[in-house]
Amino acid sequence: MTTAQLTTSPSRRSVRLRGRLGQALVYLSLVIASLVVLLPLAVVLLTSLKTSEEAAESNALSLPGSWLNFDNYATAFSDGHMLTAFGNTAFILLFSITGTVLIGSMTAYAIDRFHFRAKKLVMGLFLIATLVPGVTTQVATFQVINGFGLFDTRWAPILLYMGTDIVSIYIFLQFIRGIPVSLDEAARLDGANAFTVYRKIILPLLKPAIATVVIIKGITVYNDFYIPFLYMPSQELGTISTALFRFKGPFGAHWENISAGAVLVIVPTLIAFLFLQRYIYNGFAQGATK
Amino acid sequence: MTRTTEAGEKTHRAAPARRRTTAASRTGPSHRSPGQLLRRATPWLFLVAPLALLITFTYVPVANMIYYSFTDWDGISPDRNFTGSDNYVQIFTRPELFRVFFVSLYYLAASGLQIAVALYFATVLSFNLWFRNLFKGLLFFPYLINGVAIGFVFLYFFQDGGTLDSVLSWMGAETDHAWLGDPASANTSLAGVSVWRFTGLNFVLFLGAIQSIPGELYEAAQLDGATRWQQFRHIIAPSIKPILSLSIILAVSGSLAVFEIPYIMTGGATGTSTFVIQTVKLAFQFNKTGLASAAAVVLLLIILLITWVQRRLVPDDKVDLV
Repeated sequence: MTTAQLTTSPSRRSVRLRGRLGQALVYLSLVIASLVVLLPLAVVLLTSLKTSEEAAESNALSLPGSWLNFDNYATAFSDGHMLTAFGNTAFILLFSITGTVLIGSMTAYAIDRFHFRAKKLVMGLFLIATLVPGVTTQVATFQVINGFGLFDTRWAPILLYMGTDIVSIYIFLQFIRGIPVSLDEAARLDGANAFTVYRKIILPLLKPAIATVVIIKGITVYNDFYIPFLYMPSQELGTISTALFRFKGPFGAHWENISAGAVLVIVPTLIAFLFLQRYIYNGFAQGATK
Repeated sequence: MTRTTEAGEKTHRAAPARRRTTAASRTGPSHRSPGQLLRRATPWLFLVAPLALLITFTYVPVANMIYYSFTDWDGISPDRNFTGSDNYVQIFTRPELFRVFFVSLYYLAASGLQIAVALYFATVLSFNLWFRNLFKGLLFFPYLINGVAIGFVFLYFFQDGGTLDSVLSWMGAETDHAWLGDPASANTSLAGVSVWRFTGLNFVLFLGAIQSIPGELYEAAQLDGATRWQQFRHIIAPSIKPILSLSIILAVSGSLAVFEIPYIMTGGATGTSTFVIQTVKLAFQFNKTGLASAAAVVLLLIILLITWVQRRLVPDDKVDLV
């Protein structure tokens, strides 16, 4: 730092020039990164608008003959059973997110606001469970689900998403610590019981945390492939991931249809991202560090 | 659940504080009034459902898995034979089973690249730039995309005469390479997809950490004439150390547990099978539940070991939750 100070005055111009050059290189790197992100996606969008002859014969980067050729989307949507898939995904999303929010907030409330002997043990059980990656235990989890007779039903993924989400418990725990205990105590003096306190005070004040959990959980569930693939093999139980995966068979090398299917799956994510940008960033920054 | 809680709490409320003290003084401290019992039970009423799910879907499977790993069970038939450590011996001695570990090295190298790239862009974009939010969004968006969709996007990308070949020919490099055709280039290509997909997550985590650094620190450094590199070295790097160490541990355990992208893109063909793909195939295609369980236990132990080593090396006081 001392050398920099000494040399500032004689060569201030060269420093400024170097700064400009550095800035230009920074922008160049950003543009290249953006191209790397966008190019594969843009090509798929182009392909989805081509006719099957165009897709088979033309270069991957060539433009479609008509920008309004949505035939592939219609084919992908109906032959790919995408409507059922969106329905199933919505059903699973609704139940698993509601369940995750209730379970996460109840656990956090019980752990943060009560003193009981086994508290450390309970906390330890949740903590150790974070160290067990879900993918490793599926061989045995499969037998548990099968034993309950839940295999190939939509309840299998719902229960698995609810039961193994420890991240959300941590997020709720962090937020609940920020809610002053004096609020609970005031309500207690007015005659409220623990359940009323949870419902009328804690849950409403947890809104930011709930938003975070809903976003993170929503994206995870919407994009998950592993669990629906293993637990719901029936065609009519496809989620958007497994329904799209099945495109591999019937559409074979029909890249125009497969591309349309991929775009159909990506578009809802894009819309959600554009509307919820700030919350999504915050959600991930909070979710992953805990 | 809800109804029992409410019913329980009503009786609790029916015994107000005054009456409870008189009851306690009358019967002595050894006898617990129903109100007190209920108060002790309250936290458990909230914990019943979470604990039941946690135990059913995490602890029971882990215990069962360890038990299956010592048997020759096929997952269906009622009889299973105890085979001792036979499954474990197989995993470490049959080269075709052990080979999958080497595939992880491609993903491990890729995560190194991923963390470096994410760190660079997080640093750059924490300063004021034109279109900052646009670039932020572009870099993060791949992380939000469905894995199957990404798999298809890149299957097309790496196709013979597909996007990558076209771009390369534009730049003057004629290639006629089947990118997913031989093990080395297939694994490199797949690891590249994982960099494309996950850099955004690391980027956002680093960016969040960098932005929580108080702005005065930069101002002071700038007044002292510190260069960007010096600011990075002495202000940014130390303050994001916890999140950096978390990213490294996630990268190592993530590299061992790769499943989605290679399964969707190649199905594990041409030497791209990973540990999890192999385990899933053993368990659900070849009905070797015992062997698959042993493989899963090995993976679990490796990941626990890595986590333990990391906690040792970088003690992180934030993890303290109780």
